[in-house]
Amino acid sequence: MTTPLPPAPNANPRAPARVAWWNERQGRAILYQILVVAGVVLLASYLVANTLANLESRNIATGFGFLEREAGFGISEATIAYSPADTYLRALVVGLLNTLLIAVAGIVLATILGTLAGIARLSHNWLVAQLAAFYVESLRNIPVLLQLFFWYSLITEGLPLPRQALNPLPGVYLSNRGLFVPLPAWDPAFGLALAALAAAIAATAALAVWGRRRQERTGKILPTFRIGLALIVGLPVLAWLAGGAPTAIDAPALKGFNFQGGGRLTPEFAALLVGLVAYTGTFIAEIVRGGILAVPRGQTEAGVALGLKRGLVLRLIIMPQAMRIIVPPLTSQYLNLIKNSSLAVAVGYPDLVSVANTAINQTGQAVEGIAIIMAVYLTVSLSISGLMNWHNRRIALKGATR
Amino acid sequence: MSQPPVTQTPDEIFAREEEPVDGLHKEEAPPRARGSVLGWMQANLFSSIPNTLVTIACAALLVITVPPLIQWAFVEAVWSAADPAQCRAAEGACWALIEQKHRFILFGLYPFDEHWRPLLAVALFVIAIAVSCFPGFWRPWLAVLWVCTLGICALLMWGGILGLTFVETERWGGLPLTLILAAVGIVCAFPISIVLALGRRSEMPAVRALSVGFIELIRGVPLISVLFMASVMVPLFLPEGVTVNKLLRALIGIVLFTAAYLAEAVRGGLQSIPRGQFEAADALGLSYWQKTVLIILPQALKIAIPPIVNQFISMFKDTSLVIIIGLFDLLTTAKTALTDPPWRPFYVESYLFAGLIYWAFSFFMSRYSLFLERRLEAGAKRA
Repeated sequence: MTTPLPPAPNANPRAPARVAWWNERQGRAILYQILVVAGVVLLASYLVANTLANLESRNIATGFGFLEREAGFGISEATIAYSPADTYLRALVVGLLNTLLIAVAGIVLATILGTLAGIARLSHNWLVAQLAAFYVESLRNIPVLLQLFFWYSLITEGLPLPRQALNPLPGVYLSNRGLFVPLPAWDPAFGLALAALAAAIAATAALAVWGRRRQERTGKILPTFRIGLALIVGLPVLAWLAGGAPTAIDAPALKGFNFQGGGRLTPEFAALLVGLVAYTGTFIAEIVRGGILAVPRGQTEAGVALGLKRGLVLRLIIMPQAMRIIVPPLTSQYLNLIKNSSLAVAVGYPDLVSVANTAINQTGQAVEGIAIIMAVYLTVSLSISGLMNWHNRRIALKGATR
Repeated sequence: MSQPPVTQTPDEIFAREEEPVDGLHKEEAPPRARGSVLGWMQANLFSSIPNTLVTIACAALLVITVPPLIQWAFVEAVWSAADPAQCRAAEGACWALIEQKHRFILFGLYPFDEHWRPLLAVALFVIAIAVSCFPGFWRPWLAVLWVCTLGICALLMWGGILGLTFVETERWGGLPLTLILAAVGIVCAFPISIVLALGRRSEMPAVRALSVGFIELIRGVPLISVLFMASVMVPLFLPEGVTVNKLLRALIGIVLFTAAYLAEAVRGGLQSIPRGQFEAADALGLSYWQKTVLIILPQALKIAIPPIVNQFISMFKDTSLVIIIGLFDLLTTAKTALTDPPWRPFYVESYLFAGLIYWAFSFFMSRYSLFLERRLEAGAKRA
């Protein structure tokens, strides 16, 4: 151990370099990277050259100019005004909004269903646990597309024609054209009520933050839930009363072969929503169950020993700890749901992929169309995972290095 | 809180505690024996009032739904009928649809007289899968077995030699097609995924950036768009005159998609290898590839097996998406069987049949993955 270290190769600049640069780690790494990048660039340029040649020989235009042209096809469901005379760009925006609509509705409902099923599977009630296990194990192992087809057939073939529509509640009609419900006729008072609702939600959020800070400072518990509920229910009602309390109802009525008026849930939307929620719910149930099981048993016992009821133990002690384990896989399930919503094209719901597909068929500009689809989904995926990562960091154990 | 006087001997303390204290405890009935049915029901169904209410609600739900279902599926079902009118007349399920159409649902447009060939191919597949399930058989010869199985299946499906008539891929369909898409997809995606995972962990920035870019791009978009890309853009990518059939295009899409997801599973395995293993390999003077192939990958892949199996399951289910680019897989045939107008009303039976096949494969694989996880955990504990 006392032998002096040999001089480093670069210690004496006049000494001849023993190792050629291509035999050194650094030099090799650079060489390999140049080779890899050159290979990828060569392959890409070959493919692009072929594509351009093929497009030219088939007389297909390139570029995104087609977005400004008239689309010329109708869209059955649109959340914003749309007619076939509008541009492709507007058609794609309609499709994107439909995708976001199904994604938001699906995520909210799947979270509720999945959480309930996950907790139910751990229930001490044997029957409840078995029912939840049956739901999870059966639907999880069947392709979601098959389930979508099944629900769509069930709605369009299994339900009666509008003339013999089921009428479970007065004014509510269920037929193979979808679900029709009466809605209050539009009145400016509802705009006021919506604004009041938004204000109430904002106020509740602010109150919750203030309440938590106060509890940390003084130990006094603010009944945030009750105050928030009163605000969220009360403010819109007050606004509605202030607006003159309009009570006119827009009820669906049978005209010709279909119902007119009221609110409508189309078979396509319903089938897609039910299928995605039922399928994703099974995965969320397993994630919730795994998260709860991962919280040490001693935590439950300690909670019970403090005299808390089972529900409170779950809400105050188990869930906050389980959430840390649940959030990352839950995020990937949300992303899966959004990506699976592209299966809308199979049941005819006009989501982004479906609209883009029509545009591709009409213009032949497949490269641009697929690029748009991919860019939109990438943006949505990356923003959601960013948001969930931020949430996850917020609820992570303070001081934990992971 | 004062301590009890220390002068007492343990015996006195015990003697004191055994003395009966009047009025502090009341006589309770002995708990019901654990083994008895009533005791079990009390503990698991009727332990409290809310619990009892929930039990009653669930039981009511079962009473409402299960008997009509049994009535529909068995009692009033039509098991065999050449004429769909008989099914329409009956109230129950029309299993006659399966009787009439099962050959089409299972084998698609494959020539009717040659159905023994895809049947044999499916049987070989199932045997190969069954053999691969025993960890004791995880030896190099298993890879050879799989290559042979795939080769024989290809021979059986294509034919053209040994007196078998040639069947082009356009006529392949049903369960064999689903299994081929899944098996070939996995076999081809696996090596790519290892390269991608190693690339993502590489110290070379350009290689890492390329791997991360590819993985995140594919994982960020739906499989449909990848399949669209494969089906529409692959013909554009190739020089004029070169054509690729639909099956191969679908396979390219599936392989790219699966490789990106598998790469993440493999990366998980790579990340859980302790640093010391890398350092020990370096200290032995092994080159990068020696280190990776001999030391790191065998351990990493073993750890990654459960997530890899889970990926197989989801990929097996995802092969059903090829319906969108017009391949005749199991789901497509089940749906197409319903386009025959007289059989149209019996969609539940058709989807149930296809669904059960998918379910059987996926459920088996998920149970298997649980078994493996336990087995690997046990191995880790022994070490």
